Order: sequence, then C-alpha cells, then structure tokens
Amino acid sequence: MDELLTILISRINYWVYIILMMVGMYGIIIKKNLMKKIIGMSILQTSVILFYVSIGAKKNATIPIIEHGHDTGHAAVQATHYINPLPHVLMLTAIVVAVATLGVALALAIKIYKQYNTLEEDELIEILKEKEF
Amino acid sequence: MIWQLDLIILMIVIVLGIGALTVKDLLSAAVLFGAYSFMMCLLWAIMGAVDVAFTEASVGAGVSTVLFVAAVFRTSRRTKD
Repeated sequence: MDELLTILISRINYWVYIILMMVGMYGIIIKKNLMKKIIGMSILQTSVILFYVSIGAKKNATIPIIEHGHDTGHAAVQATHYINPLPHVLMLTAIVVAVATLGVALALAIKIYKQYNTLEEDELIEILKEKEF
Repeated sequence: MIWQLDLIILMIVIVLGIGALTVKDLLSAAVLFGAYSFMMCLLWAIMGAVDVAFTEASVGAGVSTVLFVAAVFRTSRRTKD
C-alpha cells in the first residue's frame, strides 16, 4: 500500500495528463456546441504539452540557464544539475501552433454562425438536411 | 519542484478544465478557460520551464482569452450543454 502511494504521488503529473486528455476528448466528442468543442480541443493540446514538460523535469535540478557561462573558459557543465530543455523548446512551437489553430477554428465558428444563425451541432445537421431535399 | 504546490495547482487545473466544459454560459466558459491557461503557466514555472511559462502567459492566457471573448460577442452566449 505504501509503495503504491509512493508511485501514485511520484507520477502525479502523468495521471493528471491522462485525466486532462480524457476531459478534452469528452469535450470534443460529447459536447454539441461548437465553442465547447473548441475549448475541449485546447484542453487536449495543453494536456499533451503538460506530458512533454513533465518528461524534462528532474529532481534537485535548476532551470537550464548557465550562470556566468559566457567567456569563463569553463564550458563543460554537469547535465544532472540542469532540467532537460529540449522538450521545452519543442513545446514552445506547440503553443504557437495551438493558438493558430484556435484562431482558425473561431473564425470558422463565426462564419458558420453568420450563415446558419446557430452554433449547435444538432441544429446545424437539421438545417443541412432540410437544404438537401 | 515543490510537490505540495504542484499537487494543489494540478487539482485546480482539473477543476477549471471540467468547469470550462460544463458551465452553461459561453462567456463564463471563456473566462474559466483563461484561468485554466494561467494555472498551466504557473505549473510550468514550477517545473522549471520558464520559457514555456512566458509564452503560455502571453499567448495562451492572454491572446486566446481575447479571441474567445471576441468570438462569443460576435456569436451568441447561449448554449444547450
């Protein structure tokens, strides 16, 4: 029991990552409103970013900036003293891409609202079916 | 990484994420999503990813909340679920 608790606490970031990903999936699939779907998509994206940043975290390590690193001649550093910065750099790109997709999705939602005067998915499907016949 | 702070903020993040999806008003959902993004930014500052925290605070919590509020005012606040 004690070991299980230790494992649960030491991996708590990954558990929260799984929960947030499920919440985002639920928002995308179950919710009928287009805005709610977009919010679910954003939560899904941030959960993946949380996973990647958690990979790079280390115990007893500091942020990856070398103090007095420039022009001292001591270029070699101990890698265990610094958090791994590679996932951070990857996720910097992911955040910018997330905002770009959010902007496009909201622009499409506004366009749909202007055309059909609703944001609910079931009402939209009804209107499109009526148009077909 | 301070694990007590980490635990508290993770709980707040889950509550805000679920709240943003379940609230019946789209403007409230946008504001709750902004708070969610800001809590994520705090989480990354705790985990030592300061550059990601900067970008999230400006782009995630700032710009996307503005985009959401603008989109809600151009459409409707009403939602069925």
